Amino acid sequence: MLTLTLSHFLILGAMLFAISVVGIFLNRKNLLVLLMAIELMLLAVNMNFVAFSHYLQDLSGQIFVFFILTVAAAESAIGLAILIVLFRNLKSIHVDDLGSLKG
Amino acid sequence: MFDNFVVPNLLPAAPEIFLVIMALAILLIDLTVKDSRRTVTFVLTQLTLIGCAAIQFATSTGEIGYTFSNMFVDDLMSDLLKLFLYMTVIIVLFYSRGYVIDRAAMNKGEYYVLALFATLGMMVMISANHFVTIYIGLELLSLSLYAMVAMNRDSVVSTEAAMKYFVLGALASGLLLYGMSMIYGATGTLEITAIAERLYSGGVNRTVMVFGLVFLVAGLAFKLGVVPFHMWIPDVYHGAPTSVTLFIGSAPKLAAFAIVMRLLVNGLITLAQDWQSMLIILSVLSMAIGNLAAIAQTNFKRMLAYSAISHMGFMLLGIVTGVVGGDARYALNAYSSAMFYVIAYVLMSAGTFGMILMMSRAGFEADELEDLKGLNKRSPWFAGVMLMLMFSMAGVPFFIGFFAKFSVLQAVVAAGYIWLAIVAVLFSLIGAFYYLRVVKLMYFDAPADETPLSAGMDMRILISANGLAVAFLGLFPQVIMSLCAYALLRSL
Repeated sequence: MLTLTLSHFLILGAMLFAISVVGIFLNRKNLLVLLMAIELMLLAVNMNFVAFSHYLQDLSGQIFVFFILTVAAAESAIGLAILIVLFRNLKSIHVDDLGSLKG
Repeated sequence: MFDNFVVPNLLPAAPEIFLVIMALAILLIDLTVKDSRRTVTFVLTQLTLIGCAAIQFATSTGEIGYTFSNMFVDDLMSDLLKLFLYMTVIIVLFYSRGYVIDRAAMNKGEYYVLALFATLGMMVMISANHFVTIYIGLELLSLSLYAMVAMNRDSVVSTEAAMKYFVLGALASGLLLYGMSMIYGATGTLEITAIAERLYSGGVNRTVMVFGLVFLVAGLAFKLGVVPFHMWIPDVYHGAPTSVTLFIGSAPKLAAFAIVMRLLVNGLITLAQDWQSMLIILSVLSMAIGNLAAIAQTNFKRMLAYSAISHMGFMLLGIVTGVVGGDARYALNAYSSAMFYVIAYVLMSAGTFGMILMMSRAGFEADELEDLKGLNKRSPWFAGVMLMLMFSMAGVPFFIGFFAKFSVLQAVVAAGYIWLAIVAVLFSLIGAFYYLRVVKLMYFDAPADETPLSAGMDMRILISANGLAVAFLGLFPQVIMSLCAYALLRSL
């Protein structure tokens, strides 16, 4: 019988975090996928905080998670707003089309 | 249930509370103001910032005061940085005024309210003593800035810059948070002073700590904009409307310095060996890549972006030389030289971007190096002001930029890193090339465009004062230097 320990949660958090970083850097297709990767990254961090909070029997980690969730909601609102403005200008949300700033 | 609820002491946070109330009031008042009478919003915003400065003066005790369950700290370092912050934002908004009026999409009340909320975010960062306050302040600043960059919403480059800034800024916050979660796991607390105590008393898992520290430093490096986490800086500086570039390029550097001090120096000084060696690499790389890449630029804003990267690298030198082999004798000198450097840089950067704003007009951005050609023929006085700013940035003696570099180098040599000082001087010499190229363009090339400068009187006076401050504070560098040293002495 497998019992879940702190390190299981930390490994899961690290994997989710790694997936999201790879998603940001390797994604060459769609800006929406980038926004999802950013959300995933914050959720990976939340997983860490909750796991540590439970392990340390200290509530402040879980309270931090509420703050991160709230800020993440505001962040995706702004991100989607910028995406819409960008789409109106470029008529595309492909990462490769973001090329007017170079040097 | 609420028997043990104690009303916190609100006095240390009085300027922040005043700013929140005023920002919300301005947001409401602005609804009733027509576009043609936007001056009302502008004046109210400036009065709010002046009010904040007055409250800051009145409530400053000179002692370290904690409030909100130790989440918020008010010490002399935060008082001094916040006073410089208000001054910078006031100057920035004055400079932006003409530019914003000429561009209908930006001449909205939101512009000023976002600037106020960004200022609030920076104030919270400066006074943070808890991971939650640092994060909230940082995000309040970043979210306001993303929106400000995208404000000129019909411009392809501005919206593209906003998207890049958003994605990389969010990535940086993610890295910072991941580092914070590891440090929380290792120490069991989110409060910065408590982390320092637990580390000092020992028994903390060092591997987890250092693992967290790597992510924390990476996140901070993103926010400071040092190599290899600098990719967003040139694109954002280039793509953002110039008035927003001015804002991003000045005030947030003070706040970034403050969170570096809070997190690394106040919190993790026990691990100084580890983070100093990381920051030395970042610092040398920033000076190298910043100064070399700036030479190749044709766009003035982009050149200044690379210059910002190299300046932040130079500033880090002051932070990495605080503790030598567990000996913190030179810490005060080193950290105050870094603080002096940041303040001097903010002053120079505000003036330089202000000059671009002054040369621009409706439909003309004046952000190419070509646009500076023959400025001396169009306006000898402002060519002189630009000359002072460029000399100061390059570190020519007896301008403030020289003494900023000098005091940092002194700290580096005192700490025994002779090679680091030599590297820094060499890259500054390379950097002098592109600053002097600007001077050459202004004085020795024929103007491509003979239109006289159209800026208003207030702008002319303020930018002249800014240029003269860069020159004259260089004659009395000890004024700001001793202010920084005293503030840090009473805060650390």
